[in-house]
Amino acid sequence: MGRIKIDNNRCKSCYLCVTTCPKGLIKKSSKTNRLGDYLVEFDDKNGECIGCAMCAKRCPDMAIIEVYK
Amino acid sequence: MQQVFSIPKSMKKDFKYTFCPGCDHGVAIRLVAELLDEMNLRENTICSTSIGCSVFLYDFLDVDCVEAPHGRACASATGVKRARPDKFVFTYQGDGDFASIGLAESMHTALRGECVSAICINNTTYGMTGGQLGPTTIMGQVTTTSPYGRNREYYGYPIRVAEQIALCDGTAYSARVALDTIPHINQAKQALKKAFEVQLQGLGFGFVEILSSCPTNWHMTPQEAHIRVKEEMIPVFPLGVYKDITTEKGE
Repeated sequence: MGRIKIDNNRCKSCYLCVTTCPKGLIKKSSKTNRLGDYLVEFDDKNGECIGCAMCAKRCPDMAIIEVYK
Repeated sequence: MQQVFSIPKSMKKDFKYTFCPGCDHGVAIRLVAELLDEMNLRENTICSTSIGCSVFLYDFLDVDCVEAPHGRACASATGVKRARPDKFVFTYQGDGDFASIGLAESMHTALRGECVSAICINNTTYGMTGGQLGPTTIMGQVTTTSPYGRNREYYGYPIRVAEQIALCDGTAYSARVALDTIPHINQAKQALKKAFEVQLQGLGFGFVEILSSCPTNWHMTPQEAHIRVKEEMIPVFPLGVYKDITTEKGE
């Protein structure tokens, strides 16, 4: 079971992580950061994350700052 | 639990990218930062930066930088490398900077076989100034200065930079990579590593052209922009290694 940490203030709502995650664990959120960007949230209730770090490699703003495996 | 990803130490503390959402510059800078960490070059690096969106490199990367006039990053990198041959010198340029206004400087740096590494981000447009037609704009592409699409009669053909640099005798390594998918990002990192290594081994000019997206000026979502890279750009600019003297010697 893996885990990621998202820095909300770096996120710019490009949602590339949403389409990249092979397990579909990253979802669009209704929350915004201080710039008004709709954020993403990591939703892994069943412990499906495999810690592949594809989301972090894809994120153009390095908003996914830590990935654990 | 094992940490498999963290922010590279070569990035400045508390940086925040100022690029548009979905811009691949952020990925390219991360790859450079990771390689500087892995190859332990951070304290020994001098970067020559360009004009364009790529200029912001020195706001994010925690290395010494010299700002060159528009297009002249390879020329100033030559001066830096000749004055300080012990330093690791690389340039980070866009396609308009490297292949349009600075083509003479870039090509002659390759012809002289200077031991510097050059990175050219190719997004087929002038990103910072509002999406004008650039030297790598592909045929039929609509930009603000080619409203009916690029055609042969009026605008001519785009330049394939990696192939041109590979023809120069002083070039040690020339490759073209893309950032549209995760496998391509991993390949890009390997190519950048090779371009850095040929400089450290003193073999000659190392060059990597990176196909990148510009969602803002292409008027696309970041997802659509990556599909365009795959479907429209890669057929025109084929990926691959065009010159590598390290493998040629081994054969």
